[in-house]
Amino acid sequence: MGTGMSDSVKDRVIAIIAEQAVLEPSDISMDQSLADLGIDSMGVVEAIFSIEETFDIQVPFNANEPEKSAFDISSVRAVVGAVERLVSEQAA
Amino acid sequence: MHRVVITGAGTINPLGHSVKDTLEAFREGRSGIGELDIRDVDRLSIRIGGQVRDYDPDARFNRQQQALYDRFTQFTLIAAEEAIRQSGLEFLGRLADRSGVVLGTSGGGLTTQDENYRAVYEEGKNRVHPFIVPKLMNNAAASHVSMEWNLRGPSFTVATACASSNHAMGQAFSLIRSGMATVMVTGGSESMLCFGGVKAWEGLRVMSKDACRPFSANRNGMVQGEGAGVFVFEDYDHARARGAQILAEVVGFSMTSDAADIVMPSQQGAARAIAGALADAGIDAEKVGYINAHGTGTAANDKTECAAVSTVFGHHANDVMISSTKSMHGHLIGGTGAVELLACIMAVRDGVIAPTIGYEEPDPECALDVVPNEAREARVEYALSNAFAFGGLNAVLALKRA
Repeated sequence: MGTGMSDSVKDRVIAIIAEQAVLEPSDISMDQSLADLGIDSMGVVEAIFSIEETFDIQVPFNANEPEKSAFDISSVRAVVGAVERLVSEQAA
Repeated sequence: MHRVVITGAGTINPLGHSVKDTLEAFREGRSGIGELDIRDVDRLSIRIGGQVRDYDPDARFNRQQQALYDRFTQFTLIAAEEAIRQSGLEFLGRLADRSGVVLGTSGGGLTTQDENYRAVYEEGKNRVHPFIVPKLMNNAAASHVSMEWNLRGPSFTVATACASSNHAMGQAFSLIRSGMATVMVTGGSESMLCFGGVKAWEGLRVMSKDACRPFSANRNGMVQGEGAGVFVFEDYDHARARGAQILAEVVGFSMTSDAADIVMPSQQGAARAIAGALADAGIDAEKVGYINAHGTGTAANDKTECAAVSTVFGHHANDVMISSTKSMHGHLIGGTGAVELLACIMAVRDGVIAPTIGYEEPDPECALDVVPNEAREARVEYALSNAFAFGGLNAVLALKRA
């Protein structure tokens, strides 16, 4: 996968997170957690829905045990990485 | 104020088609949860549920009836028949005018909606059966019970999501207690286990893919069930005068609103409802031997509920038994409080406490006596039944041994 593709996944994930946080994408830093950005559990579930719709992928995530889900949401960077992996896996 | 007693009970749910079968499953700690057998299940990511098994509508209802009775109405009528037959009541004359039906449901005729949206949107049909509206409306079940049994007094349907049945039974209790009615047929019903119903729940990402394990540290969500529970609530003096068999007395009810969040439960709102039911019954927490928990098996509900019980019960929280029968029949949403009231009746009448099955790992945030995995014998004077709905609407009932 080329760099351009990865950048576009990253930009689109950040745009989705920014929308949930009611912030500009430029205000989002890769090290922040979703909680740092003021996104609650409902916001997380809605962001994951947007990610699934945007990339046409299935995201494994159970709100009862977020830490056990294969989808890492501990930081913006982790979410971007997880989406990139799912996009490449599920495109195959 | 009039005293209110329960003189009839009926049910059909994933554990059985009668109260007898259901209580037997409670005693044995048997699960009614399994693989979903519904159309398009292969397009669902959640594929388990508490379905009513071995049910043949043709054996119970003729073609004309089935054209009017959604599955949730069918369940209601079956449960109501069992309850009213047990009570031995016949509704004629003035008693008919002073008797009504108040039932809870959340989705009403959701299966009918699902089937008919499929017909017009997916199959492109431009015509649906003429009775779809009277079949899918939320009050259809209450209305059919009133017609079947000649109940001509106050009758309506309550929809407060997962607390619908408890709110309904609370209304029935209040109507008799205040003298507005002599007998109320009450409880609730739900049948959301259709493709659209499960798909909507999937979206919230709170459903378990394997089992409902309330209070267990490794719980991972709720499992949906279906079915109905219906009771005959009766003025105590009326019941005594006719020598009726009394299953239990309803002694308290309370409802509160969290006024906080559309899905996240509130410890304070739940605690106020529990404390309110005790106050309404005029008893101290120490008198309560058993609580049928809301106990959905979600991370959020179970720890919030345990914290609320601890707040209200203080030291007695360590002694009271609290179990979630949703581990066996799943979450019947608008019908759940009604089926769960059977566990409260079993506790005060039979001295048998239904277990929380599927319990595997203690959770320090749920450190109460959750009656893990095996039923227990105990003499219980008072029992509470908790229901805490999405939308922050809470309803708690208190029963007393008759």
